[in-house]
Amino acid sequence: MMRIQARTQPSQLMTLVSPLLAIALTLIFGCILFSALDKNPIEALHVLLIAPLSDGYNVGEMLVKMCPLLLCAVGLSLCYRANMWNIGAEGQLLAGALGGSAVALAFGDSTSALALPLTLLAGVASGIAWSAVPTYLKLRFNSNLILTTIMFNYIAFYLLVWAVNGPLRDPDGYGFPESAMFSDQTMLPILVAGTRIHLGILLSLLSAVVAWFILSKTHLGFQVRVFGSDEPAATYAGFSSKKLSWFVMLLAGALAGLAGVCEVTGPIGQLVPNVSPGYGYSAIIVAYLGRLHPLGAIIAAIFLAVLYMGGDLAQIQMNIPTAVVGMFQGVLLFFLLACDFFIRNRLVFTHQATA
Amino acid sequence: MDADFIAQILFSAIKTGTPLLFIALGEVICEKSGVLNLGQEGMMLMGAVVGFLAAYSTGNMAFGVLAAMAMGCVMSLIFGVLVLHLGANQVATGLALTIFGTGLSAFVGSDFVGKTIQGFNPIPIPYLSSIPYLGKILFEHDLLVYLSFIMTVLIMYVANKTRLGLTLKAVGENPNAANAIGIKVLRVRYLAIMFGGAMTGIAGAYMSLVYTPMWAENMTAGRGWIALALVVFASWRVGRIMLGAYLFGLASIMHLVLQGFGWTISTNLLAMLPYVATVFVMVIISADKFKEKLLAPRSLGKPFDPRHMA
Repeated sequence: MMRIQARTQPSQLMTLVSPLLAIALTLIFGCILFSALDKNPIEALHVLLIAPLSDGYNVGEMLVKMCPLLLCAVGLSLCYRANMWNIGAEGQLLAGALGGSAVALAFGDSTSALALPLTLLAGVASGIAWSAVPTYLKLRFNSNLILTTIMFNYIAFYLLVWAVNGPLRDPDGYGFPESAMFSDQTMLPILVAGTRIHLGILLSLLSAVVAWFILSKTHLGFQVRVFGSDEPAATYAGFSSKKLSWFVMLLAGALAGLAGVCEVTGPIGQLVPNVSPGYGYSAIIVAYLGRLHPLGAIIAAIFLAVLYMGGDLAQIQMNIPTAVVGMFQGVLLFFLLACDFFIRNRLVFTHQATA
Repeated sequence: MDADFIAQILFSAIKTGTPLLFIALGEVICEKSGVLNLGQEGMMLMGAVVGFLAAYSTGNMAFGVLAAMAMGCVMSLIFGVLVLHLGANQVATGLALTIFGTGLSAFVGSDFVGKTIQGFNPIPIPYLSSIPYLGKILFEHDLLVYLSFIMTVLIMYVANKTRLGLTLKAVGENPNAANAIGIKVLRVRYLAIMFGGAMTGIAGAYMSLVYTPMWAENMTAGRGWIALALVVFASWRVGRIMLGAYLFGLASIMHLVLQGFGWTISTNLLAMLPYVATVFVMVIISADKFKEKLLAPRSLGKPFDPRHMA
């Protein structure tokens, strides 16, 4: 006989095993799905997960997709640890792309050395601004952070669409809703010749390490961790909930804004309406899969980036709709939440004879 | 601006507000039982795509609506098992439901993008529709709008006047006490969650069978989220939900109103209006911390585990 028993202490081991278990279950789900669609499941999983890592160019493309996921997820990890339900990474990313693009286009063909730094700075500042408003509304007016950050995602999207149809539209672009291509001065340097591996990827990895350092080695990070695990204790210790909320939200906004500006000055090279295929939302899954740990987020971001790449390849090679990636992400998060049950509970085997 | 124009605007506001009304009516029941389901957007998209597929392949509109309801129920059951039995965080699970529904609906519907169907025809109600102005605004709609009227009244009655409504309230306000007097808390919550799923399914079907009528990826454009704000806006009161839904409907068709005044503003900027309005509303209603705490179901978002009851 089996029965379920609540653990007295959350299991450290299960915290790490749960994401792996969830990934395994998602893959099994994928096999069943592909079989049902009359696609060879082994071939499909190969295209989804192995092919994206098969050669140097593909690895580069995977890293290009990892960059925005990681930047957003690092910020979200800190927010969720501090119980700030920021769903606004997507909007902050779009705001960063928009703000950065405006500055990049203002520099035009100028060869100023300040062009790129100021462009990046504008992106970061826009991301910060986009997360500051919902944070202020939450702390001052007690408004629901989840709903306001989501509304800000939609507002950012329509603002961006308006900009590429209006003030930022390429005058020589035959009326397409796109900006002009940025000049080389405002583009992120490529780190490995022959690939699209750009400086932003390095920045994203750096941000994860810095966030890990803050979280585990500084007093500020300690406050965030205490807040996440035991809010009354944090309040009793005199930690300012407001200050921490501002810190994690603005940091998340800055990183998501950086992600946005790195997309337009990196792989894209201009402002287009579809800057992001939902990186800001996928970053929520990355954050959870990485156990709200900045270094865990690196591994999780690589996994989701592989899945994004694999989705593109599966579309080309096997005629499987790219949308399958979004579905897999949802299934993965479901399985993860279900597996997390065993962090708080365990299966106990009882012998009928002795019972 | 003449009276006919105003009647036309109000008619459109009701049409636009109807999907919000369906979702918010379902969600308010769910929240009254103490469960916060943030997966509305995902369930709505699934309802929209399944409703469209069913109606497209059978040619039967009613079948489409039923299929969408069933899909909403199934989606909400996944949510129910995770939060009620596996103790998963309601916020995270709701988000997962939305991400899953967005992806799955795009996947399922990828072959049906751009296909069109006839959709529901408006059915003017005899006699009532010939009332001047009012008849035009209220009684020249399609069947689903009339259904939303009926559901509003029905839910208002059940929630406020029946034993079932009291049971629901007990479970949402104090699950421990409800459990102590023999109410099966988890069963009530399952039913409330599934009711919410079915209503959101109808809202999805309304989008793909009446409002557009076609299927496009992400066609619900955040309506699931706006409806969640609407429930808070209405302080969990059914009558105010209806009023709020039509106000949001009005905000969504503001471009028509402004065109009536002869103004031209970028449609992309006007498209922001419902979202901006939602933020404003959230700020105004939540500013009074005490009031919101008083009105919200007391156990909202908190898990209930019967095993912990002695």
